Amino acid sequence: MENLFDIFIKAIFVENMIFAYFLGMCSYLAVSKTVETSTGLGLAVVFVLGITVPVDYLINEYLLADGALAWLGPEFATIDLSFLSFIMFIAVIASMVQLVEMVIEKFSPTLYANLGIFLPLIAVNCSILGGSLFMQERDYNNIAEATSFGLGSGVGWFLAIVAIAAIREKIRYSNVPAPLRGLGITFIITGLMGIAFMAFMGIEL
Amino acid sequence: MAETKEKEPLFSTKNKKLLSEPMVRNNPITVQVLGICSALAITVKLEPSLVMALSVVVIMGVSNVIISLLRNMIPPRIRIIVMLTVIASLVVLTDEVLEAFLYDVSKQLSVFVGLIITNCIIMGRLEAFASSNKPWPSFLDGIGNAAGYGWILIVVGFFRELFGSGEVFGYPVFEKIGLYSIGYENNGLMILPPAALFVVGIIIWVQRSRHPELVEEN
Repeated sequence: MENLFDIFIKAIFVENMIFAYFLGMCSYLAVSKTVETSTGLGLAVVFVLGITVPVDYLINEYLLADGALAWLGPEFATIDLSFLSFIMFIAVIASMVQLVEMVIEKFSPTLYANLGIFLPLIAVNCSILGGSLFMQERDYNNIAEATSFGLGSGVGWFLAIVAIAAIREKIRYSNVPAPLRGLGITFIITGLMGIAFMAFMGIEL
Repeated sequence: MAETKEKEPLFSTKNKKLLSEPMVRNNPITVQVLGICSALAITVKLEPSLVMALSVVVIMGVSNVIISLLRNMIPPRIRIIVMLTVIASLVVLTDEVLEAFLYDVSKQLSVFVGLIITNCIIMGRLEAFASSNKPWPSFLDGIGNAAGYGWILIVVGFFRELFGSGEVFGYPVFEKIGLYSIGYENNGLMILPPAALFVVGIIIWVQRSRHPELVEEN
């Protein structure tokens, strides 16, 4: 239990998807104009990551990894299908996103209208596929650990996008040099926030 | 399709524009805000940046042609999955080639080779251009955009390696010209992730001061 909590906190702060790995930057930069829409997108990302990482964990563990097919019988024990993992992972993600899209459309049409094009684009949000690939690289022991890693990364991404959206709402009142307005200053602020988040790096959990 | 128009030369003005436009005026990274993730994460050294840029050029050129050839056959509802499958297969090929011939670089790139699949430039261009244009213009559009992405990667990689470790392609430039003996020290910040954001921010600054029409409202 303690271990799960450690993984969760570590994924939020120490290995934050945005500030430590720059994953999911495209939608992070494009949707962070207002706090409201970024909250919606952030929640969608938490949800999708929380589902896809454990599903991809099962697929990796029982189908793709070296010797994973041993449950079919001894003659399958030597098969290593890990080169197929990109295709399998992205297929799971694309179908999950389709599902989430339908659920949101049904239960919250306002949020659906606000998110617009960005909802289908979660499928190509690098943080989602990145979550699955990091899960594969780090070899979590069981599905609970993989789930808490997925949720933690999602929450970290959510925090980052809401924080930058709040800053961008305020920065409209400041006098930014014209060529830096919009994208340029957002990059630099993200860099500064990244430096602040590096303070967590020394923490051993 | 009724083929009534006369044959267009391979490098007509329109086609040349497809190549040159994404370099500065419509650059995928600094103007369209696509494909930022990989641009920031793998640019600590020049070599991985170069390899990444080349892989993206190849994957993008080929995938644009494939999608453009298939464009009339793909049902619109499932187009995203079809595109992802095409890109993913090409990325698997690239990954295997890199592992076979450039093992060290492929280890440094780690998950980011796989993340080319979700590089929004590729999806964005497939969706916006290749799915409604002929193969040859799509190919040029793909190469142009990938090159626009690539040069930013290479510039960022160059500056980060130069100031962060005092080297270019692993060759110790600063040591050779004797900067260390007069008290210069490497800037450790340049190796850390936030530096990439600063360098791209500065590139955007320079670019938009030279092209005022790109300046945003807010």
